[in-house]
Amino acid sequence: MAMVAVWLKIDEERMIQALQEAGEKLDSVEGEVALDFSSVRRIDPSALRAMEELAGIANDKGVKVVLRGVSVDVYKVLKLVKLASRFSFAS
Amino acid sequence: MIATEAMPQRVQIPLAAESLSEDRIAYLERLVRQARTAAAVFTQFTQEDVDRIVKAMVLAGLEQAQPLARLAFEETRLGVMEDKVIKNMVATEFVYNYIKDKRTVGVIREFPERNLVEMAEPIGVIFSITPITNPTSTVLFKCIMAIKTRNAVIFSPHPNAWRCCSEAVRIMYETALKHGAPEGVFSCLESHTLQDNAYLMRHKDVGLIDATGGPGAVKAAYSSGKPALGVGPGNTPVYLEKTADLNTAVTDIILSKTFDNGTICASEQTAVIDDEIYDLVLKKFEELRAHICNAKETELLARAVIDPETGFMQPTAVGQKATDIARLAGLSVKQDTKLLIAPIQGVGREHPLSVEKLFPVLSVYRAKSVEEALKVCIDVNHAGGLGHTAVIFSRNDEVIRKFGEVMNAGRILVNSPGSVGAVGGVYNDLAPTFSFGCGTGGGNSTTDNVTIYHYLNIKRVARRTQGHMWFRVPNQIYFNMNAVENIRQFPSRSTIIVTNPALEQIGHVDLVRRCIPEGTHVHVSVIPDAEPEVKVVMQGVEALNFYKADQIIALGGGSVIDAAKIMKLKYESPEADLEELAAPFLDLRKRVIQYPTEKINRARLIAISTTSGTGSEVTPFAVLTDKERGRKVTLADYSLSPDVAIVDPQFVMSMPKGLTADTGIDCLTHALEAAVSSYASAYTDSNAMQAIRMVFKYLPIAYEHPRDEEARCMMHNAACIAAMAFSNASVGVNHALAHAFGARFGVAHGRANALMLPHVIAYNASVPTKFLPSPYQKGYIAHKKYATIADLLGLGGHTIEEKVQNLVAATEQLLDQLGFPRSIADLGISKEEFERAMPDLTKLAFDDPSWRSNPRMPLMSELADLFWKAYQGRGGAKVAPGTQEQSA
Repeated sequence: MAMVAVWLKIDEERMIQALQEAGEKLDSVEGEVALDFSSVRRIDPSALRAMEELAGIANDKGVKVVLRGVSVDVYKVLKLVKLASRFSFAS
Repeated sequence: MIATEAMPQRVQIPLAAESLSEDRIAYLERLVRQARTAAAVFTQFTQEDVDRIVKAMVLAGLEQAQPLARLAFEETRLGVMEDKVIKNMVATEFVYNYIKDKRTVGVIREFPERNLVEMAEPIGVIFSITPITNPTSTVLFKCIMAIKTRNAVIFSPHPNAWRCCSEAVRIMYETALKHGAPEGVFSCLESHTLQDNAYLMRHKDVGLIDATGGPGAVKAAYSSGKPALGVGPGNTPVYLEKTADLNTAVTDIILSKTFDNGTICASEQTAVIDDEIYDLVLKKFEELRAHICNAKETELLARAVIDPETGFMQPTAVGQKATDIARLAGLSVKQDTKLLIAPIQGVGREHPLSVEKLFPVLSVYRAKSVEEALKVCIDVNHAGGLGHTAVIFSRNDEVIRKFGEVMNAGRILVNSPGSVGAVGGVYNDLAPTFSFGCGTGGGNSTTDNVTIYHYLNIKRVARRTQGHMWFRVPNQIYFNMNAVENIRQFPSRSTIIVTNPALEQIGHVDLVRRCIPEGTHVHVSVIPDAEPEVKVVMQGVEALNFYKADQIIALGGGSVIDAAKIMKLKYESPEADLEELAAPFLDLRKRVIQYPTEKINRARLIAISTTSGTGSEVTPFAVLTDKERGRKVTLADYSLSPDVAIVDPQFVMSMPKGLTADTGIDCLTHALEAAVSSYASAYTDSNAMQAIRMVFKYLPIAYEHPRDEEARCMMHNAACIAAMAFSNASVGVNHALAHAFGARFGVAHGRANALMLPHVIAYNASVPTKFLPSPYQKGYIAHKKYATIADLLGLGGHTIEEKVQNLVAATEQLLDQLGFPRSIADLGISKEEFERAMPDLTKLAFDDPSWRSNPRMPLMSELADLFWKAYQGRGGAKVAPGTQEQSA
């Protein structure tokens, strides 16, 4: 059974940094990483690039990235840029 | 006038993208990805966000209007720099004025009366081709529209206008970014080839192609398989009709044709001038510095500016000054010449100057009549300008209307200049644009001035509407013993009593006559006791006309009352076509055929029923037999409802037992079907339920004790009350089956209904194989309605299933009590005969409109199954177990 090794709160103000930190922690993770998006109301192109990178690293390392509390608006953006399929979602 | 010849075809841009290098593909992919991301991020923006950005962009565009115009002029060497400044200002200020208060995010329009809301969904990535003729203004316009609608755009400017366009994109992009727009929202191809365009036009992430350019680019866009907006070529005719204000007309045409040296494709190309004003118009042109070419000059001009091979204008002439064009053609003109005017004698290849000329050359044609003028305008319109623009100067509304009718143009401008008029927002209320939709005539998808709504997917949120329902009955119903006395209150000069021989014989007609006020001329029209025939009805209409009747009293059963309804219809509206009025319909309020409202005669219809079943005295239905054609015609319209209904039991006291049972069960079937109908309402339910209760209580008594006054009275009222229910909720599949069976085997209607009734209750109470659309009901409720009826009758049962089963049993018991045959087989119809009839029966039943309001939609196989159940007989009607909710 997958074990939650890392849980990170993503702050909209420093989203890119937080995503990069999450990417760095993937080395030491087994199972899955949970990112709490509940305080993210909007996402911009640079954050999307950071998420794309994170998805790439997670894929290489075989780690599942679970996004928690993603708003409907942000979810639609991820869907439009075809990133939604690269993450798991939990409410 | 010379007939139009076929115009030459322009060359299509190739769509092949195969020759692109990997690097180039990677570059194009990067542009698309960047735009896709920007568009996705943009979906999170609010109306306030985009409006703030748009305002900043508009201000930046206005500030840069002159530098951009200069840049465009220097690069393209087309048009007039000063006019390009105006174009840039229109593209920003005028467009802003049009869009600033319009919603483009979330809910954009609301229609509360229709329960409808329109919401905006951005397109995403738009690939946009911009032209050489209006380069920077088109870019400014499209950037503002894109931000207002939250889209990203990849621009592909005309190669000879790339510098000025990319600068316009840069200014717009930087301003948008500074005010919060997503990164990558605009980009401009750094140099490009047709293959780049082809690649992007077919890219899966490009949502829309907006091609403002030459016909080749537009055609390529439409051929790409992507949704596209494209502008077609123009060839604008302008008609100067003799009533026109000539000073306005001449000034406007010069203004339009010289604006940016004629580069706007909506500008006038050929002026068709009425003979009476032709010389004066040319004189006025001349006064305002136009040069009128003679025949030789016209020929020289045509050779210089029209390509003899293609028949199209020479690109070198586009956007050049009149004096430069004159020099090009070897004409000697004054230095201040604004416009060259070339008289032509027809339209087509033989008249080269009759085509589109995006420079200050105007063809003129002298028309001998309005008709000839309109025909030449049609020729010009069809010579490469279909769907684009047409202009008329006239004060004659009739001519203006005719011009509008015969021109195929998205913009038909009246008393205003073509170019600036078509742009919109200056001379009229058209949407300001730099992209003219030319409809199918121009190979486009729209005739609109392209604007923000073309950059949006508009979503309609349609809430379920509780359509208004109705409850319509005659406004006067008199009931109980001696109700016939009420006839006294209706004054009449001439009354016709329609009745049948039997009723006259037993004295019923005399009963009625005694109630008619003295001084009234009364004529009795006796018709056969059978479904009314067309011939009989028309004889009645003759009598009504002969006696100039103002009142009809229908005394009889359903047949007599139906006949009287149709007589009244034909008497009041002789033009009414019964065949046409019988056309099928699904919803009474949406029917194709409308009943006549104009009446040349007027007569009050008083219906006195002498049976307790059909309720025809209050219904809007009438059945007519057309023996000549061997068919029945069913008419249905509330205008057929009698004005007054009299439900007096003294007319039914002598009904025989069989007729009492048949009509009583017809009444019960009306009520049961109305109760579960998809058109049932609280109003019809109250009538239907009451009628059912009365039938179960009083029908057995009226049957066993025909002289029981109370039972007769209650049954007579029950029939009328049930009829009020089904007049408004309609009937159902039971009637469809009974009509088919009754017609095929000559069985009385009530009797046929009785054979089907228990099986139909069980059928409707089961889970339907197919549901019928039923906007008036919340879910499937037929079984619950039956359970309510069972409760009303005190039949017991704990679950819905038990209650429905008890209702079926009670109905069967009632039928047994009334001596009805238990099965179709009991009527002496052999199984083989019934089997042979089955295809016809199911077809007839399925074609019968009665079931359209049944709660479940019958399949043909289900109709056959119901017929077979009726054949086998009562006692076997069971509600399918476990298929409905168990709690009542």
